[in-house]
Amino acid sequence: MMSPDRNARDLTPETAAPTDIAPLGRPAEKPAHERTGEEDAALADWEVIEADPDFIGLLKSKAAFVAPATAFFVVYYFALPIGVGWYPELMETRVWGAVNVAYLFAFSQFIMAWILAGLYVAVAAGWDRRAAAVIAKFQGQGGDQ
Amino acid sequence: MMAAAATASGDRTALIMFLVFVAGTLVITYFSARKSVGASAYFAAGRRITGWQNGLAVAGDYMSAASFLGIAGMIAFNGYDGFMYSVGFLVAYLTVLFVVAEPLRNAGKYTMADVLAYRLKPRPVRAAAALSTLTVSVFYMIAQMVGAGTLVRQLIPGVSYEVAVIGVGILMVVYVVFGGMLATTWVQIIKAILLMSGSVFLSILVLGKFDFDLGKFFSSLTAIPSTGANGEVITRNFLTPGLLFKNPWDQISLGMALVFGTAGLPHILIRFYTVPDAKTARASVVWAMIIIGLFYIMTTFFGFGAASLLGPDYLKEHGGTNMAAPQLAYELGGEIFFAFISAVAFATILAVVAGLTISASTSFAHDFYTNVLHHGKEHRPGEEVKVARITAFVVGAAAIVIAILLGPSVNVAFLVGLAFAVAASANLPVIVFSIFWKRFTTTGAVSGLLVGLLSSIALILVSPDFMKDAWFPLKNPAIISIPLGFLGAFLGTFLSREPSAEKLFAELKVRGNTGLGAEKASSH
Repeated sequence: MMSPDRNARDLTPETAAPTDIAPLGRPAEKPAHERTGEEDAALADWEVIEADPDFIGLLKSKAAFVAPATAFFVVYYFALPIGVGWYPELMETRVWGAVNVAYLFAFSQFIMAWILAGLYVAVAAGWDRRAAAVIAKFQGQGGDQ
Repeated sequence: MMAAAATASGDRTALIMFLVFVAGTLVITYFSARKSVGASAYFAAGRRITGWQNGLAVAGDYMSAASFLGIAGMIAFNGYDGFMYSVGFLVAYLTVLFVVAEPLRNAGKYTMADVLAYRLKPRPVRAAAALSTLTVSVFYMIAQMVGAGTLVRQLIPGVSYEVAVIGVGILMVVYVVFGGMLATTWVQIIKAILLMSGSVFLSILVLGKFDFDLGKFFSSLTAIPSTGANGEVITRNFLTPGLLFKNPWDQISLGMALVFGTAGLPHILIRFYTVPDAKTARASVVWAMIIIGLFYIMTTFFGFGAASLLGPDYLKEHGGTNMAAPQLAYELGGEIFFAFISAVAFATILAVVAGLTISASTSFAHDFYTNVLHHGKEHRPGEEVKVARITAFVVGAAAIVIAILLGPSVNVAFLVGLAFAVAASANLPVIVFSIFWKRFTTTGAVSGLLVGLLSSIALILVSPDFMKDAWFPLKNPAIISIPLGFLGAFLGTFLSREPSAEKLFAELKVRGNTGLGAEKASSH
């Protein structure tokens, strides 16, 4: 990519800058993450892939998990502040020794988050395979890949 | 109880131990950072990072002074309501996992500005994104400065809070500006491991005081005495909700800020670009969730433990709300453990501040100064770096001044909650719309960012903690400012049209869902 002597004059702090500085005004390529959609338009036939049944199937399968899972965790999470705010008697009911419903409900949020994350990872492995199949199908078309 | 001796009598043992620990951490991180990153760029190096390593780094980035010092104090003073911070901070990762991590990773973008500039007009959206990144970073930094100031004041007898904040602030800014970047992946990993070990040990010591009987531990929380406003002694059950949030809407608003804010934090988003593929990005979120979750569950022990073993009155006299965890360490583990916990907290603050300063200053220098003011050209070589350094100074100075104005008695978890509210209101609406809404336009992005940013800040300024006879009744603005951010982005889009952005939506959709093109980009 850039030759060492060019780098030597480039004072850009390249390590760990979250926006990494593009070599503006310097004779080097823009970093990949800064390329715009237009600059990458020739990479593939995006509209063709978008209309591909396999790709549409992948999107549907993702939505079928993510939408209900998101709805579930939002409802479950906000049930906690709503519960302690408007139903204090119920929440202060002691279940085990001094431990009340409010604490157990809060604790269950951790378990809920871990379970949902685990399910997501399990389901997402299937999406990776389908995405790889879509990429394989269109590899080499339209662009210079 | 004798913890006061550590600070009041001029005993230097804790200070010396603290300096030894801080120096040790810095040396370890310096060598490991150099060895593993070398001269190659952080992101290229990051591509070799495995899921659990990146997960630890995400956890390290996330567990700032707010989590450790702030939440411990929140729980020690307010019981159950403080624990709500712990819950919200973890559940937030589901938003990150389900909504933003994979599309960003797959599309090969790592800042909000990159995502927005992909389909929209780069100059205006980069400018607005830089402004919001800068603001979120300053809010986050204020919290870290307050934490560092209280820590140092406690360690060096006779130093006032103001002097401590100025000293620590200058040290940090100088370090970032001239010393370069330390908050690399390895620094965060080591820091996360130290913080976890410290927390586990502290929790074990707390439970040991109750003969490792959980029932006994929780029973001790049902009657915590403290002195009320008029000097009378009140006894409260710390497991009862509502000791801090009298108004239920306060809880909801805070919950919204925490759960939706994480996905808009610049230093968290960037972590998903440092892994080789979507699978590793997912794995790293899950590892982070395991570590962060365990950590927040342990806040039960050292937060409630501080309430039970030391009590709010004692803590008020000894460092205040942000010193609950270190004071507990002193009480249970003596001076050396106190020094260790303080050093870990300080190293945490240092790493987080370094990351934030760099992210704020480079985004300003690059996205705003060079791209917007100078139309993408540097007038002189190195100009951008100079601007970044000046910005780092200004950001640091602003955070120092505000931290001093706020004073040591403000809880740092509360302050970070405000940073989350700003991130959720300004950043999340535009990130979500740009990934999922084809018709989204430049006008919509800019108006969404500005409306979310300004409304959240305005509401914070007129809230009860910043204003007598507040105009806005809630401590956290999220419940109003997040919908306003979405509304701003929606109306701006509704009133404009941008066919070029709509045309590029197919490309973003395909890339975000398949990762096509991202691997090619990574070879760069």
